[in-house]
Amino acid sequence: MPTSLNLSGFFTKKPRLFEVERASLEAITAARGIASRVVALCIGSCDTRQLGMYGVDEIITVSHPLLDAYSSQAVAEALAQYLQTHDANAVFFGATAQGKELAPRVAVLLEAAYLPDCVSISLEGNRIEAIRPLYAGKIRATVTPMTARVVVSLRPNMFTARMADAATEPAVTSFTPQLDEQHRKVVVTSIQRNEGKLDVLEADIVVSGGRGMKGPEHFALIEELASVLGGAVGASRAVVDAGWRPHSEQVGQTGKTVSPNLYLACGISGAVQHLAGMSSSKVIAAINKDKDAPIFKVADYGIVGDVFDVIPKLIEQIKLLKQRMA
Amino acid sequence: MNILVCISYVPDTAAKISTTPDGTALQMQGVKFILNPYDEFAIEEALLQREKHGGRVVVLTVGDSAATEILRTALAMGADAAAHVPATSLDSYGVAVQIADYARAMSADLVLLGRQSIDHDSFQMASTVSALLGMPSISVVSKLDIEGNRVYAERDIEGGKEILNAELPIVISVQKGINNPRYPKLPDIMKAKSKPIETVQPRMVDPRSEILRYDVPQQQRANKILGDSDADIAEFVRLLHEEAKVI
Repeated sequence: MPTSLNLSGFFTKKPRLFEVERASLEAITAARGIASRVVALCIGSCDTRQLGMYGVDEIITVSHPLLDAYSSQAVAEALAQYLQTHDANAVFFGATAQGKELAPRVAVLLEAAYLPDCVSISLEGNRIEAIRPLYAGKIRATVTPMTARVVVSLRPNMFTARMADAATEPAVTSFTPQLDEQHRKVVVTSIQRNEGKLDVLEADIVVSGGRGMKGPEHFALIEELASVLGGAVGASRAVVDAGWRPHSEQVGQTGKTVSPNLYLACGISGAVQHLAGMSSSKVIAAINKDKDAPIFKVADYGIVGDVFDVIPKLIEQIKLLKQRMA
Repeated sequence: MNILVCISYVPDTAAKISTTPDGTALQMQGVKFILNPYDEFAIEEALLQREKHGGRVVVLTVGDSAATEILRTALAMGADAAAHVPATSLDSYGVAVQIADYARAMSADLVLLGRQSIDHDSFQMASTVSALLGMPSISVVSKLDIEGNRVYAERDIEGGKEILNAELPIVISVQKGINNPRYPKLPDIMKAKSKPIETVQPRMVDPRSEILRYDVPQQQRANKILGDSDADIAEFVRLLHEEAKVI
């Protein structure tokens, strides 16, 4: 019976913000699609009403003085202790920077299979099958656990977070793990936020510039285009290696893997290393003067033209659109 | 300090990879294999830490015999010793077990890896190995300082950077930006050819996950490519707004 699974979603709060991360809401929605019951595990307190709107059946608040400062080791231990004594067949994480550290650790502690960075999940009989990209997205593998329990991480923005048809009123239970300093040999002492700057990993729209921008000073155009679209600025490896842009903006194999709703590549030819970091974007658009640039092969929409002619006009058109919409 | 660096032998990024007609396996004939690009940063970081703290750097790979090629690269860069676990059918968990066994046997203080191997892209090895060893780990590290037993690290997260404190022994995966890997010099490449490589028999463990099939993604893209006239730019904006509904 497919509905015989119990599932737990794990989520973290954004640092200092009383809000559930979108990747966790996506994980909850995905879990709801195949599970009879969804339990949210939360470190510290959480927004019960919001989780109810997303259809969570039960909330476990995990608290311990040693969890006050974030430690992946201590959090994984605490989650595993809860899961070892409770009946949950599958555990979901958003494959965020923190989720990708926690999920495999919890899997080892539970002696469970770990299915990383999945882009699709389904239930076949009573087994989970997941699809995950390999080889920079050139191949997709369908994977399944060979253990009774499974830990799954889900690539952000590949599952849409949807509220439940009817909100639930989840029961809230607290859980206190047994932790000591042995479980907390690593701890986050501080977090430096990129103030006033949207991150490519968090943005719905990413506007990236490549070598076709011809110099760091011309990235003002990319910044303005990103700004009118409400998006983040990304960069190709070539311009990061040239020192035009910081590594934190790099999209591609040696940079970040993003899947925004819109990825707009400006003056980027689309080398396979770049495609590796953005090919799972929902919509891909490109501006390049070379009509044979590989980026156009993966693009939904493209303009063959000079970025210096096209981008200023594009900015004007988008401003007009936003005025009409306002 | 005893440092273990785990490296992997992966298809070149530009390699074309296809599946067998029934989708049960990958076709790798003619595919060029390379040292996983992130592992170069791990090897370099090990050498830099050895320069500061003294000790020994051992490189380890799990894979078929062709993978010993990258062990020679690491030896040419300056690693003290190399070990090869000949195993090809292990899942990621099985590979982690081999690494953890070796790290335990050599009493490693620091285990270094690349942040991901570019074949399976799963970002899991540092956490999995460290959990098997009962050690802490830090993934995707862009800055690392070790003083005595204390570890200071930085890593990128969504919208910022985490600053972390930890203790040795520890497992660390590193990313681009942490250092500039050295190029081995020709005499060192020649010398590395005759250095011994230790063979370690794998410990067989039951796999925890299974790949049922492979396929090549066929994502349908609208592929509407326009010119650069004002009318085309207006149409581009209209398509993004009305058809794709993303702006």
